Amino acid sequence: MRILAIDSSGLVASAALLEDEDLIAEYTIHYKKTHSQTLLPMLEEIRKMTELDLHSIDAIAVAGGPGSFTGLRIGSATAKGLAQGLDKPIIEVPTLEGLAFQLYGTNALVCPLMDARRNQVYAGIYEFIFNSDMYEMKPVMDGACCLLPEVVAKLNDLGREVILNGDGVQAYRDTLTQTLRVPYTFAPANRRLQSAAAVGTLAFHYAAQGKFVTAAAHKPEYFRLSQAERELQELRQREEAKAARETAREQNPEKRVKEDGQEAARDEA
Amino acid sequence: MKQTNQDITILAIESSCDETAAAVVRNGREILSNVIASQIDLHTLYGGVAPEIASRKHIEKINQVIDQAVTQAGMTLHDVDAIAVTYGPGLVGALLVGVSAAKALAFALNKPLVGVHHIEGHICANYLQYPDLEPPFLCLVVSGGHSHLVIVKDYGEYEVIGRTRDDAAGEAFDKVARAIGLGYPGGPKIDQLVAKEGNPDAIAFPRASVGGSVYDFSFSGLKSAVLNYLNECHMKGVEVNRADVAASFQKAVTDVLVSHGIRGAKEYGFHKLALAGGVASNTALRKAMREACEKEGIEFYYPAPILCTDNAAMIGAAAYYEYQKGVRSGWDLNAVPNLKLGER
Repeated sequence: MRILAIDSSGLVASAALLEDEDLIAEYTIHYKKTHSQTLLPMLEEIRKMTELDLHSIDAIAVAGGPGSFTGLRIGSATAKGLAQGLDKPIIEVPTLEGLAFQLYGTNALVCPLMDARRNQVYAGIYEFIFNSDMYEMKPVMDGACCLLPEVVAKLNDLGREVILNGDGVQAYRDTLTQTLRVPYTFAPANRRLQSAAAVGTLAFHYAAQGKFVTAAAHKPEYFRLSQAERELQELRQREEAKAARETAREQNPEKRVKEDGQEAARDEA
Repeated sequence: MKQTNQDITILAIESSCDETAAAVVRNGREILSNVIASQIDLHTLYGGVAPEIASRKHIEKINQVIDQAVTQAGMTLHDVDAIAVTYGPGLVGALLVGVSAAKALAFALNKPLVGVHHIEGHICANYLQYPDLEPPFLCLVVSGGHSHLVIVKDYGEYEVIGRTRDDAAGEAFDKVARAIGLGYPGGPKIDQLVAKEGNPDAIAFPRASVGGSVYDFSFSGLKSAVLNYLNECHMKGVEVNRADVAASFQKAVTDVLVSHGIRGAKEYGFHKLALAGGVASNTALRKAMREACEKEGIEFYYPAPILCTDNAAMIGAAAYYEYQKGVRSGWDLNAVPNLKLGER
């Protein structure tokens, strides 16, 4: 089985071609050009260098999120275009799993950490469990969008050695250093950021479970609403709260005055 | 030299704003399919286009829209000669979906790729409407994001002689519509309200001219005048006749557009004047421009509303002439949100 894998969810653009147990090609760029300019030329280079007949590919694997919204969409739109043009399915591999899998076989916990801005991170915690002839990667904490201190608290609670990777390591190095109370290391350069080879390798596991989607059905998992949706949601919540206060005031006009003033002040903030 | 008697069929993709669109066009003139998935209902919730939401919706719809376009054209993806895509101007996140998908599709199918300028697409919508129309002619492109007076010298050769200094015409429609409580999208809503009952001479709003360039536009002053008028009425406790405000505003916009267009045609000696862009489907603008053209002996061209709004057929039309000139985009084609007309 041949899988073409791509990951453009973060700072790197990465593409790989895998055939069963062989990694035929991997091309990763971490440079200032946008993924839109690099990803397709990289695929073309892989095609040329490996004399690849694109139609011999069985599935397109893509880092399915979370990640930078734009980066995810470049990867997804590319995967969707390839899948539609070649009439092949897509395999969605969670970005955080792709990151964690690069530390295959470690006894430590693995915590991929992606900078989500606004003081947040996309993070998960994974461990490798030996099962007859190989390690299986299991989530200890499912991937989520959360505050960095929440992840640190969880790691401190677990009390086990941890290896961290992802671009969150560089972004939050100082905080991590100051607040982690367990033995930790930061993954080295060759295991630090996204790798399409890891995405592609995991895709074989998903393929074995029949987890394919059509080009049309695939969309990224953003782990977060858009700003406009968030603002609309907050507005509605405020309106509901205000309506609830007004109802309460009608029922009991005097007792509620103080509390109401406080809540109104908080709404303005 | 390429065979000239051979048909060229292009699959075109457009995702620069809030419509996900794909179309199949033969020889730049014949629409075999024109599929548009509009997000307007969704953006109405937010009073305008929310870029991140638009981008998310594009990615959910892109394959289906392409599939429909090809199926409706009675073809398969393998039958098309080239893939065309809008690469600017527009919302960068929205553009990137179409650009990335088009590149991957062309790569997978081993087809040539042609990146198209969105405004060039709008202009070329006229070629679809009028199979005999040929350059040179003068074109007034008016939409939510653009107001341009363009000399179409030849296929793919443009000279912009007038542009907006601030708001685009369609943007002014949206803002005024919001101010009088009509909601989004403003253009069609104002058009409908005015058609029913508005008096265009009820309120004297300014017709702005721009110092230095007779063909440039400015609509922000007009928009402010409308807002001031509404505010004054509110202060005085006078009830606002929304239809009259809408009609008077619309008249002020169309007066300027028509006078610029006619002046340009006369001074540059064009006997053909075309409209393009979303605002080109405004009934009052069409009527006023038609009357003015008739008076001056100028032939007037305007695409059907379905070709005025953002669509991919117009991109297919523009792409055909680029393709014939040998224009091919590389795999590194990027979205260019502020792409200028005539630039590559």
